Amino acid sequence: MSGMMKYLSRHYDDLLEALLEHLELVVVTLVFSLLIAAVLTVAAVYSRRAGEYMIQAFSVLYSVPSLALFALLIPVTGLGKTTAEIVLIAYNQYLLLRNFISGLYQVDPAVIEAAEGMGMRRLQVLWKVRLPLSKKAFFTGIQLAVVSTIGIATIAAMINAGGLGTILFDGLRTLNIYKIIAGSVLSAGLALVINGVFKAVEKRI
Amino acid sequence: MSVPAIEFRDVSKKFNGSGYYAVDHVSFSVEEGEFITILGSSGCGKTTLLKMVNRLYEPEAGKIFLFGEDTSGLDVVKLRRRIGYVIQQTGLFPHMTIEENVATVPKLLKWDKEKTKERVRELLKMVELDPEEFCGRYPSQLSGGQQQRVGLARALAVEPKIMLLDEPFGAVDAITRIGLQEELLRLHGGLKKTFLLVTHDIHEAFKLGTKVMIMNEGKICQFDTPQNIIRNPADGFTAALIRSAREQEKLWEGYV
Repeated sequence: MSGMMKYLSRHYDDLLEALLEHLELVVVTLVFSLLIAAVLTVAAVYSRRAGEYMIQAFSVLYSVPSLALFALLIPVTGLGKTTAEIVLIAYNQYLLLRNFISGLYQVDPAVIEAAEGMGMRRLQVLWKVRLPLSKKAFFTGIQLAVVSTIGIATIAAMINAGGLGTILFDGLRTLNIYKIIAGSVLSAGLALVINGVFKAVEKRI
Repeated sequence: MSVPAIEFRDVSKKFNGSGYYAVDHVSFSVEEGEFITILGSSGCGKTTLLKMVNRLYEPEAGKIFLFGEDTSGLDVVKLRRRIGYVIQQTGLFPHMTIEENVATVPKLLKWDKEKTKERVRELLKMVELDPEEFCGRYPSQLSGGQQQRVGLARALAVEPKIMLLDEPFGAVDAITRIGLQEELLRLHGGLKKTFLLVTHDIHEAFKLGTKVMIMNEGKICQFDTPQNIIRNPADGFTAALIRSAREQEKLWEGYV
């Protein structure tokens, strides 16, 4: 135990840096994921079939293990953050679109028909009716995407993307038990804390 | 003779992948101020016919005119904002208050806020709901009959000349339905609008309609005043319909 304390007191700045790096990776990924998912979701409103195809395509991509996807992209985008972010964004599309699109189509058809029958334009139906009535599904999609990004970003340390995974993998390579504990507790803890925050917010909407 | 409020010229509609016509080469015209009820069993094409008026469905062939204007040439959104539309499941927006629901079309037309507010109160009074009590409530806090009153008020908001009602009272209990029917007759009498109401209830059709349109398998069997239809049913289907209604009446006679 005293060894652990000693490690923490000596390396807290490394840990903090890794944590911030990890968060940065998550935030950048999330911002781009949401932008792309928003565009694709609007496209799906205009063509339901396009939406179904997109979900299918991203579900195939999602089933490929992250390490394999990283490896496939290294020749193109090299080692580092960019490759990690591309893969994370692609994974998130599945989680986000599946929830967003199915949420939009779960709205009572009678309500949609009334909205259209009264003369709302398609984007008005989306904005004034479909979106407010499916915000729970949107929230769930974002929650899943964030938690999954935190987890997979840890693995991205393998390709020099930085973050908490660096500590963990360093520890594994040098058989340093303190690093292993610090890395895994922090990445798991981060996921749990963020998930808890989402749960708390969810109760309010 | 004046220009008819609604005119169908040889209108047909077939749905994708279906071998038969949902509406089969139908022509008729409706004068302004009439209350037309469209009666038929499910699948006869009555709802399809109604939804072609506000172009929720596009006809496959033929033309539809409203006050002499070919609807296929109009902007569909503008067209719909001019037509009141009421459906069975009410279609009230569950996330909006009653006030916001009734204000939907005025808002789409960017009415002044004060004018909209005033109009909403007027409309709620018109359908006999107290504005003080109901404005701030949500649809789920209302009974089925009250929800349908709100649906009516919402459809009437910008004084449409034509009202389309798709089995508006199909989901409310018998006593509430009678009340709503009376209400609708009163509204129609006071407003001089053209009403088109779809129903599968023969009593409702004959009670409400100044003219009744009887439909079967996509075609109009008869389109006439209730009295003329009862006196001279045009075909076997219509005659059978009237007979069945009479049979039902007999059920009560024994208990008087």
